[in-house]
Amino acid sequence: MSRTLLTGNGAAAWGARLAHADYIPAFPITPQTEIIETLAQWIDTGQMDSRLVTLESEHSMITAAGGAAATGVRVFSATSSQGLLYAMEMLYTVAGWRTPFVLVNVSRGLSAPITLEADHNDVMAARDCGFLQLHCATCQEVLDNTLIAYRLAEDERVRLPVIVNLDGFYLSFTREPVIIPDPQETTAFVGPFNPASIHFRASAPESQAVAVLGGAPYSYFRYELHLAAQNALSVYDEIRAEFRETFGRDYPAVDAYHAEDAELVFVMLGSFATKARAAVDQLREAGWSIGLVQPHLLRPFPEPLLQQLLAGKRGVAVIDQNLSMGKGGVLHTELAAALYGHPDAPPVLASFIGGLGGRDITAEEFFEIARVLRDAVSAGRAPLPRLLYTRDELLEIRKLQAVAHVERKELGKTT
Amino acid sequence: MTDTTTRFRRMKDLPSTHLLGTGTPMCAGCGGLEALHEIYDVLGEKTVFVNAAGCMTLLSVYPFTPFRGSWLYTAMASAPAGAQGIRDALDILREKKGLPPEEDLEVVVLTGDGAAYGMGLSATSGAMERDLDFIYICYDNEGYGNTGQQYSGATPHAARTATSKGAHGFAGYKKDLFSIWAAHRPAYVATVIGSEPLDLARKIETARSLKGPRMIISLAPCPTGWDYDPRDSVDIGKLAVKTGVWPLKEYRDGRVLHTKVPHERLPVEEYLKKQGRFAHLFEPERDETLLDELQAKVDVYWSSVELQGG
Repeated sequence: MSRTLLTGNGAAAWGARLAHADYIPAFPITPQTEIIETLAQWIDTGQMDSRLVTLESEHSMITAAGGAAATGVRVFSATSSQGLLYAMEMLYTVAGWRTPFVLVNVSRGLSAPITLEADHNDVMAARDCGFLQLHCATCQEVLDNTLIAYRLAEDERVRLPVIVNLDGFYLSFTREPVIIPDPQETTAFVGPFNPASIHFRASAPESQAVAVLGGAPYSYFRYELHLAAQNALSVYDEIRAEFRETFGRDYPAVDAYHAEDAELVFVMLGSFATKARAAVDQLREAGWSIGLVQPHLLRPFPEPLLQQLLAGKRGVAVIDQNLSMGKGGVLHTELAAALYGHPDAPPVLASFIGGLGGRDITAEEFFEIARVLRDAVSAGRAPLPRLLYTRDELLEIRKLQAVAHVERKELGKTT
Repeated sequence: MTDTTTRFRRMKDLPSTHLLGTGTPMCAGCGGLEALHEIYDVLGEKTVFVNAAGCMTLLSVYPFTPFRGSWLYTAMASAPAGAQGIRDALDILREKKGLPPEEDLEVVVLTGDGAAYGMGLSATSGAMERDLDFIYICYDNEGYGNTGQQYSGATPHAARTATSKGAHGFAGYKKDLFSIWAAHRPAYVATVIGSEPLDLARKIETARSLKGPRMIISLAPCPTGWDYDPRDSVDIGKLAVKTGVWPLKEYRDGRVLHTKVPHERLPVEEYLKKQGRFAHLFEPERDETLLDELQAKVDVYWSSVELQGG
């Protein structure tokens, strides 16, 4: 065990190294590239016994990852944003193959307009594909969860690929103190790769991923996938307990911070939840009865735990770092579905959208969210969904638009 | 070509037992299936076929397969990347996990022309540039056959397809995939056709003996897509070669060699008039301009072959 400063990307690479990933199909994309550069360097200098192959696209990368896992080796891969979407067809496909491997996604906003900084629309787009999803808030979580993800993926009751998600820039390029666990302990924890029933061998011919005719066999296999994903909820708790006993760090499927005795609750995913945590501290100092509920597992969706943690709350503010166009926040929608009809469900479930494309959510905004939530609880009805944006930001965009207009006019004169 | 090193010197040297099972949902007279039968007999069952979306995706339908070896269906664009993952994993298992050599498999990509000439070209280029040790078999029926024969990058000029039903058929020209592949300088590129089984078997045997990317394009006469009676598939295949429309050739060590040169080439229209997709060139009246153009293209090709000495 050693303690060092690592970026989120460095932590992800350490996770793959400690899990003894045999095969790493890769493709560079900002802000993920540091992960594959780090792994490539370790392999080149003999510090890691693995094979890294750069494919010509993420679509091919995920195909190769699935093909290798289906042949019987432990696979790691990483991508981000446009890359995750370029691979989308294969995300669904390899999950259907029931190939267990780990894919780190470094969240980044989606085009258009093109940007480099973080939000969760990329990973939310992969919500329904059959990959399980672990969402990290710190660099330590990235390393630890990569190890946990292998156990979850390879468990006989699950057998599904897993996405470990971290936010671009805020985690990918931010150095935090990270404990690198003892390699002997991680090797024992992760264990050797178990190919179970999938492999390609001359003596045991196998047809994998064949076509089906008709809706009944198709539905059967899709239901099986869904049930396996749901199995992952209890399997996760077993693995989490073993991880806690071995390494002393605990990652409940849903993290709760001062939530138990709180009347009002923020709900958030990922690294920005640490900002919500700081806001909770400040609000509590000012006398507010407020807490934070932070899902760590998004797929499978930890419904029973969320129902339990939010039971009896007077108001809940879901802050989504994603936006489903024409609907709103994805987490808000999912939480509403999980809570609907429960006798103790909070009467007010408010929706806020913020942090798109790396836009900050300031402490003042968390305070404003808390005020809006409190007023809604007093009034007894949920407020309209809010798109967080400040007067100053609007002023800045108006300035940019003014420059654009002037430039276009000037251009018009010369042509 | 007489190659004294091959085990296939005469028709009777060809395998007499057939490995690929019957009862597949391929159309009667499928020229692609004909070629696959012959190819599989030479490659054998120590293979894993990596398939892309196309007609042959329906070969393995749960819970049946005509293959004695293995199979993986991927998607339309990325079968060569699936082959990459499997080949790399088998290498890792051999090197690190003690997989015995007799358990190893030849990794074979199987796609139609829709994937090979278009959507999958980037993945194929990548596999060749990485010098992937695999065999690629493209069954080329010159259109998106499984969806009802719309034109693809492999459709020949003037052919009528479901998306080129005008008076002059398809306005574009068949892409030269052989040259595109050969430009990557892979270990081997060859054209074959099921109606020339000896030439086909020799080439598959050659491919088997090499390492690296070994790329095979089989012209696949298609009764449903080309509109002819299924019993004519072999004849049409033979005419494709005798008229010079489908040159049988191979690329190796930087050189292209024609393996069966039709010295007395039949007129191209002998091939065209057997197929409904070219009927508009003959009915209601002969389209001499188009027929001349099609003949001239074939003539120009073979003149350049003669100039280059074979």
